[in-house]
Amino acid sequence: MSAIDLQKDSLVIAGKTYQSRLLVGTGKYRDMDETREAIEASGAEIVTVAVRRTNIGQNPNEPNLLDVISPDRYTILPNTAGCYTAQDAVRTCKLARELMDGHDLVKLEVLGDEKTLYPNIVETLKAAETLIKDGFKVMVYTSDDPIVAKELEAMGCVAVMPLGSLIGSGLGILNPHNLRIIMEEARVPIIVDAGVGTASDAAIAMEMGCAGVLMNTAIAAAGKPVLMASAMRMAVEAGRAAYIAGRMPRKAYASASSPLDATLINR
Amino acid sequence: MQILVNGEAFEADDAITLAQLTEQLGLGGKRIAIELNLDIIPRSEHAATRLKADDRVEIVHAIGGG
Repeated sequence: MSAIDLQKDSLVIAGKTYQSRLLVGTGKYRDMDETREAIEASGAEIVTVAVRRTNIGQNPNEPNLLDVISPDRYTILPNTAGCYTAQDAVRTCKLARELMDGHDLVKLEVLGDEKTLYPNIVETLKAAETLIKDGFKVMVYTSDDPIVAKELEAMGCVAVMPLGSLIGSGLGILNPHNLRIIMEEARVPIIVDAGVGTASDAAIAMEMGCAGVLMNTAIAAAGKPVLMASAMRMAVEAGRAAYIAGRMPRKAYASASSPLDATLINR
Repeated sequence: MQILVNGEAFEADDAITLAQLTEQLGLGGKRIAIELNLDIIPRSEHAATRLKADDRVEIVHAIGGG
């Protein structure tokens, strides 16, 4: 497959086609300028945002995130971060849909506890069911349990997003074997969400055949976030190209790259 | 009359509309979503929705998140 073919390789989520397989968050940046520059450098087309109470009476003139990250240019993916029950997550999604003028693509995450931010699967399944019935297109953050992933797909989630490791930990892809099992079975995009620490982690996920990678902290908490955003863009592209190219088989012993006959040395 | 806005007590004019309330809060024309007593009130209905004492209003917007 040539570089030209790679340009035709696209990610389809809920019927919409994307060229970038890197999805990014907008949290933890120093200011709106850094947010905008990093998102631009990442090349991402799908960008997550959080839904929170407005500060009553406090600086009403502060810039609005959606003025900086325009819904005309990006697919905005409101998340339910901070929700610990299905009920709160559903409520947040409904507010998000109103906020986004009826746009119904959401990132569902229902958390288990503050220490691990590990997904609460029982509540996640409940929320997914309610949201899908209500017409939402649900991209769901989940554990790397293949059975749960399959269940979420069967319910009608438009993308299943298992963690590589804990949110914000930067520990990388801790259980590639489970991710591989999840991908073998899946008919919806499998996107690694959470755990990426640096570019090689993103490349590893993509080389395995993941449809995409979603990250926030790995870029925002880097020494130079804008540069890291561009590194992540390249890593995701390189990893995807390597996956399509197909890696060489691993061998236990050496295999010379130069021909062994007609050497000057008699053996 | 007293209402609750984002969990805090707020002294509002009697029969104030949601549109008037958001204007008073400096949120007029901003991209926000409103929940009144746990029900979403679409933007198109803010001008016609009158509040009563003890109503619970939640006003949200989008901020950075992952």
